Amino acid sequence: MSGNTDVEKGNFAVKAGLAQMLKGGVIMDVVNVEQARIAEEAGAVAVMALERVPADIRKDGGVARMSDPTMIKLIKEAVTIPVMAKARIGHFVEAQVLESIGIDYIDESEVLTPADEINHINKHKFKVPVLCGCRDLGEALRRIAEGCSMIRTKGEAGTGNVVEAVRHCRAVMGDIRRLQAMDEDEVFVYAKEIRAPYELVAQTKKLGRLPTVNFAAGGVATPADAALMMQLGMDGVFVGSGIFKSGDPAKRARAIVQAVTHYNDPKIIAEVSCGLGEAMVGIDCKEMHFTSYAARSE
Amino acid sequence: MAIEQQEDKIKIGVLALQGSFREHCSMIRRCGGEAVEIRSASQLEGCQGMIIPGGESTTMANIARRWNLFDALREFEDEGERCVWGTCAGLIFLADRIEQGAKQGGQELLGGINVDVSRNFFGSQIDSFETTIPCDIPGCSENDVKCRAIFIRAPAIKKVGENVEVLAKYYLSEEKKKEMGVDIESVVVAVKQKNLLATSFHPELTSDLRWHELFMRMSKGCKPFQSKLAKVGEDRKPEEFQPLYTHPDLPVFKDQVIADVMK
Repeated sequence: MSGNTDVEKGNFAVKAGLAQMLKGGVIMDVVNVEQARIAEEAGAVAVMALERVPADIRKDGGVARMSDPTMIKLIKEAVTIPVMAKARIGHFVEAQVLESIGIDYIDESEVLTPADEINHINKHKFKVPVLCGCRDLGEALRRIAEGCSMIRTKGEAGTGNVVEAVRHCRAVMGDIRRLQAMDEDEVFVYAKEIRAPYELVAQTKKLGRLPTVNFAAGGVATPADAALMMQLGMDGVFVGSGIFKSGDPAKRARAIVQAVTHYNDPKIIAEVSCGLGEAMVGIDCKEMHFTSYAARSE
Repeated sequence: MAIEQQEDKIKIGVLALQGSFREHCSMIRRCGGEAVEIRSASQLEGCQGMIIPGGESTTMANIARRWNLFDALREFEDEGERCVWGTCAGLIFLADRIEQGAKQGGQELLGGINVDVSRNFFGSQIDSFETTIPCDIPGCSENDVKCRAIFIRAPAIKKVGENVEVLAKYYLSEEKKKEMGVDIESVVVAVKQKNLLATSFHPELTSDLRWHELFMRMSKGCKPFQSKLAKVGEDRKPEEFQPLYTHPDLPVFKDQVIADVMK
């Protein structure tokens, strides 16, 4: 018998399927092999390889770009879990580079300095799945229309302040609940109002949720923060600076993983929150000179 | 073909540490069974079958070890009186040996199926694919059974030992053989050994209920689990705590509207 012929690579089911395998898990930002191993041992479902964690990007300023492929390759060799990497918004060549080195997932991220302030990457052109941030339902569905196969709410990366993550999560979930209560006839105008394709809005109404996996990101720093996002209806959590900018990264990483698995059990969350050492220093998003990363794209 | 409703529904536990557990639960309910999410050993009580879902095997093993779940899972599986099914990462859990691709420092396995499994056999995410494969689903009345199979960073079985029934194979194309530098015609992607079932693809991500129906048939006569190991009162009962929002299931499969929208 000859080989299977009707093989479809990189179709939506396959791309979104990887994201489904990550559900109920924690994805951690790492900047080197050592951190990646700590993350894997702690039970992360994937790691995001980058040169600087968002907290340092905020501190250093300047233009933040895609990481050096060498570093990403080294991390890929060191762990068995999927490795993700960030490309700048609209920078499709960075995405091509990441695809060519066999990265598992690309994050078209507002944490890096955008390369195109108007257009996002046309993600249909890629076999590798791409994930994007959103602040509300309209933004999420615009990204999915562009071929995005996994969504994360944006929050404010590098702040250690969960307030924006909660705002964006509530916005998406609230929009979906309102959409479900709507009469079919009203969906056309609603789609226009939120600037999203009608078909995807109708699909969301039917499913009662986003048609892709939806993770929380941007500001999660403690086990309780992570469980909060899960109870609000997220499928999983990204933790960036929160782990490796804290006093005891390995312990905190383990604790956050446990809090996400047992997000409905306050006793377990209490238990894992004990004696974690110092959390990362937080930033108030209402400060005078605060730069919002979330507002960098819509 | 639906399993006939019994007075007591067949109770299937789905390991809910991480991964596609909600999809499995939804499939079991559609087959007329009762699905229970398993996060601690006490939740296994009364289950006749258990599913280890797709996800990251490294992660699931890590969390299971931390919560001392391995002993309970072994006890559940060992007596041969209950059924266990692993998909993708679950297949790795159930295999007796990992041939390649294990995490640095090794990873703990449940074992039980006499096979050698190769992790991420087909490559990384970019090499993941969806295809149609011929398969042999015991008790399925159709002729020439084929199923839609989604392989995501999937493992494959390269060597099958004694007493293992091969249910499906994947034939490698010439191109794929060259790309991977291997000289084998096919790899095994679905097996059954007595009460244990394993698939390297994800029936839970499709609309195809036949694999879940097979597992329900296997579990039907099984004895509900009662742990001898767990000491009463030691294991915490899960809190009855209602989240703000209950997650609906996320079906993603080829014949869904979403696929048409995305084209």
